Order: sequence, then structure tokens, then C-alpha cells
Amino acid sequence: MKKYEAVIGLEIHAQMLTKTKMFCGCSTRFGSEPNSQTCPVCIGMPGVLPVINKKAVEFTVRAGLALGCKISPYNRFARKNYFYPDLPKGYQISQYELPICLGGVVVLNMENGQSTIELTRIHMEEDAGKNIHEGMKDFSCVDLNRAGVPLMEIVTEPQIRSPKEASAFMKKLRSVLRYLEVCDGNMEEGSLRCDANVSLRPIGSSELGVKAEIKNINSFRFVEKAIEYEIWRQEEVLKEGGRVIQETRLYNTSTGTTESMRSKEEAHDYRYFPEPDLVPIVVSDTMLKEVKATIVELPDEKVGRYVNSFGLPLYDAELLSQEKSIAHWFEDAVNKGGNPKAVSNWMMGELMRLLNETSTRIEDCKVTPEHLIGLIKLVDSGAINVKIGKTVFEEMFNSGEQAEKIVKSKGLLQISNEGELDSVIDGILKQYSSEVERFKAGEVKLTGFFVGEVMKQTKGKANPKLVNEILKKKLV
Amino acid sequence: MSVTTDDVKYIAALSRLKVDASELETFGKQLSDILLYVEKLSELNTDGVEPTSHVIPVMNVFREDIERDSLAIEDALSNAPERAGNFYKVPKIIE
Repeated sequence: MKKYEAVIGLEIHAQMLTKTKMFCGCSTRFGSEPNSQTCPVCIGMPGVLPVINKKAVEFTVRAGLALGCKISPYNRFARKNYFYPDLPKGYQISQYELPICLGGVVVLNMENGQSTIELTRIHMEEDAGKNIHEGMKDFSCVDLNRAGVPLMEIVTEPQIRSPKEASAFMKKLRSVLRYLEVCDGNMEEGSLRCDANVSLRPIGSSELGVKAEIKNINSFRFVEKAIEYEIWRQEEVLKEGGRVIQETRLYNTSTGTTESMRSKEEAHDYRYFPEPDLVPIVVSDTMLKEVKATIVELPDEKVGRYVNSFGLPLYDAELLSQEKSIAHWFEDAVNKGGNPKAVSNWMMGELMRLLNETSTRIEDCKVTPEHLIGLIKLVDSGAINVKIGKTVFEEMFNSGEQAEKIVKSKGLLQISNEGELDSVIDGILKQYSSEVERFKAGEVKLTGFFVGEVMKQTKGKANPKLVNEILKKKLV
Repeated sequence: MSVTTDDVKYIAALSRLKVDASELETFGKQLSDILLYVEKLSELNTDGVEPTSHVIPVMNVFREDIERDSLAIEDALSNAPERAGNFYKVPKIIE
């Protein structure tokens, strides 16, 4: 039996989708020439004054409202002081005792039911620059393009209980932030990063154990792997009678382990104080109303609607609503008369597969909802069978032709003519007379073999239901 | 309030300052004097007074999210003690 349970809290840094930095007009574009997007404000020249990017405030309020947070009417920024080469001012402008969003929840649909993860807070801050160590022998390089880019820091309560729940939380949060268009959620480019606080405690205890903080995890898979490893490591320490020490650890993606960052710094002493260069932000009711009006229907509401109004299984509903563009495509198809379950099946099967295989975005896909509805009609009416339908779908995906045209030009109409199938089946039964004997002797599973042969000879066009019926008649 | 020599060492470390052992006592005394002077403020009764985060009653000073020209790379790097290509060159951070 397990002796310990894991207690996990996440801190997520989400880069906001603003065009410019938090306190100056430098671009936030990713991948530009190093140090080409900086100015006296973001590289910390003396005598400059930061000015707050209004959009960043609106984005944070939008995310806060969507996640059910309380928005603080009175806000100010604080200086967090520490030395590091990627922090040109020697302090980060952040929020401390008065974060803009308090509380909030994220609901996860896990295999064993729903879990609700509460948020502690969301606050605004500026990002630091980027250090590059690889390939340099005895020095490091600093790029300050990212210094000053607006971030939302989203902090959860320590209510996450498993690595799976942690990655489900990240996926859900990413989905919501992308719906709201406040963060692009690109983990590879670092626009969504996660630190995990992990501790263990004896099952049944309500006290918190000593935690280790794992820094800068940048994929859903690594969130799970890093936490899994860290839980195992702490279990081993405790089993041997040792003590977990409070420290910062880094996840090493090549070994799959977490390693202590032997930080030379003493205990963190950030000496926070109110930022004297910035005046307070007062969030008015008018602003709240305006921001509220920009919030679109979110994945949770869509899931509810897909299950209740369209009768989709929860699994389908979750998958189709994860990305706004996919959800829109689905709703468009249903609005234009597509049967929700049939549309969902085709989307989750063929469409997603082909989009993935060809790395195509659904917005650029040649198959439109109208194409799919045309195909579903052909299958429903019995003009083609499902198997041929899949071939037609792929053809539509490649050429953008309508299903009906493809079926006609390729001669794919289903053979539902009993006479025609009769003669094909007679030929096959004659050709495989020994199999027929074995079938009659009780080897019933040979039915599949006969059906397969019929399909082969008709190039998959035979109506499978009819083939089964005829075979049954002829084989008794 | 008196600042011990240990406090001085700690503050010096946080500020990345090298302080000679012979100076510790002097700085300790000077810092104590400054704190003592500021202590006077706590004689004031501030019950029911909002903490002041800014001396002038101004709020909501914003910029629109509009891009402006950045510095040329050469200008940005011109104050760097050392550079490597278009990067700032700094002592190795992680061993």
C-alpha cells in the first residue's frame, strides 16, 4: 500500500499576446535578431519611465473573469529585487501583495470523474531576458529581446494530486487562454512555461511536507515526467529515513531526472516594495463590463452544449472543443444540417488524422463543412459504404473536390444490385470450394474470409450488409 | 534599531558589494543612524490612513499597444562591458 500522497501546486507563466512590451513600445516578436528589440526602458537605463500597456491589463482581467477570479479594484506594481544577468534593472516589476486577480477555478474531466483545482491568484509582471549557455566555454550570452515582455503568472492552490492531473490542468488552461486570445500557448517557444511545487505527505495527513520547486517545464509530457520523477525521488529519500530539503530543481529532459540547482545565492530575499515609477491601476466597473463583453463561449460551456443539445459523448465533446478553430468548424457543419454524431466521427477520425499527418491547420484545410455534409449524405443514402467513404474523404482532402463528383468520376458507387453481387459470390464460392466445406463443417469464422474476397473483387464497392445476407442464404 | 556587522555583510552580499572587514563597523553604525532617523516617522499615528504608494494622486496612466522603434543593436550594446556577436557577454552563469 502507498504510504505517501503527492501535493502539487503549479505556477504558470503565460506570455501575453500583446504587440509590445509591458512598459515600453518595443516589439514582442519571437525569433528576431538578438538585442534588436530593446530600448532604454527595457534595458534599464537610468532616468527612464515605464508606462503600463493597457492591453496587458485588459488581457489579464479577461483571463481572470473567464477563470472565475475576483478582480481587485485597486492595483499597484512592486519591485522584486535580485541580481541576474538577464535582469538589466536589478529588479523585476511584478505585483506582490495586491495581485489583479484573486481566486478562480479550473474544472478537469479526469477518467475517474471531475476535479476542481482552485487558483490562488493571477498577477501581471514583466519577463526577463534570455541567457544562452550552450556552446560557450567560459562565458554566457544574454539576449534582452524578451526582457519586459508582459506575463501573466497564474498560481494554483496545492490541490493537484497526480502528474496526470497536472498535465490535464496545463492542457485546460492552455485551451482557455487560446480561446481568449491572450496567449498563443506555444510551449516550444516558451510562451507558456510551468514551475511545479511538489511535496509528499503521509496519506491522511493534512499538513504540507517540504516542497521542491521544479523550474521551467516546457511541454505537457515533461510536466508529467518531471513530477513523476520528483515524487519517486522524494519517496526514496523518505523511505531511507532522510529528509526532503527545500530547493529549486531543474528537469533534465535527456535523463528524465530532476537535478538540484546548486544556487550560490543565499535565501531569496527579494525586498519587495511598491514600484515608485508607476501609478496605481483602478479597475472601474465600466472597464469590467467592456472586458466581459469580449469573452467568447469557452470550452467548458461548449462541452456542456455538445453533450446536452447534440447528444455527443463527453469524450467527443472535450476533443472537439479543445481548440476554438476546430469547435467552430464542427458547429458550422452542424448548423448547416450535418448530423452531430456523424460529423464528430468523421472529424475525430479522418479529418484529425489527415490534419496531423500533413501538419495542416483546419483553417487551411480544403475540406469544408459543406464537403463533409455531402459525403455523409452519400453514406447515409447507401450510395457508398463507409470504407469507400474514407477513400473519398482523403481524395476531398487532397483535391478539394466535392464527394459526389469524386464518387462519379472514380465509379465508386456502392453495388447494391442483388443480381450483380449474386454472380460475384457464386464465382467465389466455386473458387474456394474447400473453404466452403470447412465452413459447413463448423468453421463459422470463415464468413469474414468470404466477405473479404467479395470486397476485393468489387474493389470495396459491395454493400456489406447485402453481401452478408446473400452469403448467409447460400451457405446454409 | 542597531545594525550588526552580520547584517552589513548580508546587505553587502545582496547588493553585490565587496566590503572590507575594517569597514563593517563604520557602515553598521551609519546604517543604524539612518534607520534611527527614519524611525521618527513611526511616532506618527497612521491608524486608518491608506498606505501611500505614490505621492501624487494620479492613477491609470496607460499606453496603447502600439509598436515604436527600438534602439539599433549597435547603440543598445554600446554600453556593454563586453559583447559576443550581437549578445551581451557575461561571466558563465551555470557551471
